[in-house]
Amino acid sequence: ETDIDDRYGDLDSRADSDVPEIPPSSDRTPEILQKALSGLSSRWKNWWIRGILTLTMISLFFLTIYMGSFMLMLLVLGIQVKCFHEIITIGYRVYHSYELPWFRTLSWYFLLCVNYFFYGETVADYFATFVQREEQLQFLIRYHRFISFALYLAGFCMFVLSLVKKHYRLQFYMFAWTHVTLLITVTQSHLVIQNLFEGMIWFLVPISSVICNDITAYLFGFFFGRTPLIKLSPKKTWEGFIGGFFSTVVFGFIAAYVLSKYQYFVCPVEYRSDVNSFVTECEPADLFQLHSYSLPSFLKVVLRRETVSLYPFQIHSIALSTFASLIGPFGGFFASGFKRAFKIKDFADTIPGHGGIMDRFDCQYLMATFVHVYITSFIRGPNPSKVLQQLLVLQPEQQLSIYRTLKTHLTEKGILQPVLNV
Amino acid sequence: MTELRQRTAREPDAPPEDKELESESKADGETASDSESRTDLAAPPAPVDNTPEVLNRALSNLSSRWKNWWVRGILTLAMITFFFIIIYLGPMVLMMIVMCVQIKCFHEIITIGYNVYHSYDLPWFRTLSWYFLLCVNYFFYGETVTDYFFTLVQREEPLRILSKYHRFISFTLYLTGFCMFVLSLVKKHYRLQFYMFGWTHVTLLIVVTQSHLVIHNLFEGMIWFIVPISCVICNDIMAYMFGFFFGRTPLIKLSPKKTWEGFIGGFFATVVFGLLLSYVMSGYRCFVCPVEYNNDTNSFTVDCEPSDLFRLQEYNIPGVIQSLVGWKTIRMYPFQIHSIALSTFASLIGPFGGFFASGFKRAFKIKDFANTIPGHGGIMDRFDCQYLMATFVNVYIASFIRGPNPSKLIQQFLTLRPDQQLHIFNTLRSHLMDKGILTAAAENE
Repeated sequence: ETDIDDRYGDLDSRADSDVPEIPPSSDRTPEILQKALSGLSSRWKNWWIRGILTLTMISLFFLTIYMGSFMLMLLVLGIQVKCFHEIITIGYRVYHSYELPWFRTLSWYFLLCVNYFFYGETVADYFATFVQREEQLQFLIRYHRFISFALYLAGFCMFVLSLVKKHYRLQFYMFAWTHVTLLITVTQSHLVIQNLFEGMIWFLVPISSVICNDITAYLFGFFFGRTPLIKLSPKKTWEGFIGGFFSTVVFGFIAAYVLSKYQYFVCPVEYRSDVNSFVTECEPADLFQLHSYSLPSFLKVVLRRETVSLYPFQIHSIALSTFASLIGPFGGFFASGFKRAFKIKDFADTIPGHGGIMDRFDCQYLMATFVHVYITSFIRGPNPSKVLQQLLVLQPEQQLSIYRTLKTHLTEKGILQPVLNV
Repeated sequence: MTELRQRTAREPDAPPEDKELESESKADGETASDSESRTDLAAPPAPVDNTPEVLNRALSNLSSRWKNWWVRGILTLAMITFFFIIIYLGPMVLMMIVMCVQIKCFHEIITIGYNVYHSYDLPWFRTLSWYFLLCVNYFFYGETVTDYFFTLVQREEPLRILSKYHRFISFTLYLTGFCMFVLSLVKKHYRLQFYMFGWTHVTLLIVVTQSHLVIHNLFEGMIWFIVPISCVICNDIMAYMFGFFFGRTPLIKLSPKKTWEGFIGGFFATVVFGLLLSYVMSGYRCFVCPVEYNNDTNSFTVDCEPSDLFRLQEYNIPGVIQSLVGWKTIRMYPFQIHSIALSTFASLIGPFGGFFASGFKRAFKIKDFANTIPGHGGIMDRFDCQYLMATFVNVYIASFIRGPNPSKLIQQFLTLRPDQQLHIFNTLRSHLMDKGILTAAAENE
């Protein structure tokens, strides 16, 4: 044991003095709240601040939903940039790398490149009609991958040229730190946006399930918590975990039922060129239409009904809620481990009582990827606008031969009526 | 545990070998924050002499410097011969070799990570690193196999299910590894474990994605695999030669042995070499045709009608060169023009991959990645300039050469809903009519 301690201590002896003292948390609570709560004891004051901020965040969430998909996209982008900033700042502090030449510029440059690449891929798909009109955009879309790669390469070459004799290791660490951060934050946020374009319900139900799991696990743990769950997070308990699981499944079930009724939430987001804005209007898919399901016999006795009307989406919501409750917390444990590894209490001080933006979103890490993989595997097939876009890029002879193949296929299936010559 | 004991036993021997590194690090003028790194990093183990006995005896009378030169030269020829042999053996063997090179590179980089962080005794970590390698490979191979072996996959029931839910299965496998990592976090080793986690992921990003892009390029046609790799190798050798004979002005502080003369000479030599090589290879079908899996013979075939890119065409020579060469036109393959782009990239940007690896070796105070190849170092040392080349070729092909795959598009089309199919069909129809490719008369036949 001591052997390991020595070696670990060896590595850490620099680190302990390196990692700065946890800065006294700047009290960002607004004056007004301070005055209102000045009479209460410190513990209750903290509880009230957390509660009020929670309600504020939830209201902000509802407001953005009301304002539409475009605002949601901007919000997701804003959160992504802030998360990136928080993690990179931790890296700077750990490695004292404020004074490294070029490094801040390079990190933000890489963030820009990767965002450009991902947005270009999504924009090209969803704005196909808008893009066809503008000549310059056509060029950018056609050679999108090449342009993104060239931009990234420029950053890579700048990194190599910026290597300074005494700071090689630090610079490589920060390079790797930046890339892993990009991998975590940027890919997740783009998957969130792709889910959003499938239909706002695919964005709302997963995120709400994770938030609900957080809150209900906390409440169950507060009132009934006894057996600790994992050494990493001593405050988590098995009672909270299991209670949170059941409540989240029920919550997801109900939220899915309520939201499936409205076209606004259920329809894929489309860009209409005539009105130059996003539109969510469609014929709801099969998934969002009421079906009658016959109940298994024991439930029949309990509920005294033969069948129940459900949206098929509610069955899927059970899968989503289960993931949010069982696997989502691992994202939280990962973040806890990270904070302990680098001896920080919170990622940042952005939100009073809660910490940084990353602290709120740590459980969402895996959820977005899961929803995306779930949708592509079980729900939708390939994206029609993407297929169309690729068709239009082919050589004329290939287009013609495909056209003939499709025509035969569609006529056989009776989807296309044969044209009658008059 | 035994490895640790061996390492500590070797340390007393290490100092004599270390002198070069020690003086280098003293010259670095290490700052306070770096000073403990010397105690941090184990002195590199004494380079194991892997040179076979035969060579040792044959070269025993030459001086040490020439001996080194001969060993490097012989091994270079051996590697090039090996390269030719596997090209002859066909695409399947090439794929396996690429996979083995990838695994060895991964192993080399991870071993460096272990050495840097003394993390041999971390619980689970070796298993987890190899597990992640397996997951990511499974994901990538699944994506390629589904595309290229479509008919084979559709026939076999288990394969069909595996390919339909491929992404979900890969994600589940990755998640399992992630959860195992979280559960394996041990109180005193948090930071080390996170470092190794990050190290593993960055290594996967570099090594595995590149190797899969190499395989994608291979499937486009073996020429897209051979010409880029040969250009990088040629640039390495030519830059070394030019530098050896004419080298004077240093190129970059990171690699003091590189010179501007070597760089520029290597550039021109590589472009010429690329042109000649593409001329020679474009004549043969086995290099030029996309690799396809033939269901009847159950093997890979490279048989097709060469595309436009690989058919001789007449080009008018610009006036300037006309007077020099005395010809009006020249017959070339269009691919040769593309090869100029590939060679240029290999000579100008490829070396940055080499500088990156040099910086990495200096940062972690290692001389070579490993001792696999006598005289050359590890596999990574040979492949460091290839890092960016594979990605470039893949992006180049996707942007400038081939469009989307028609048969794949038809498959995707057939899985859409009828109303979506109709919408796409009508849009395509109006597009074709606009362009005049389709006439109303022909349509109503």
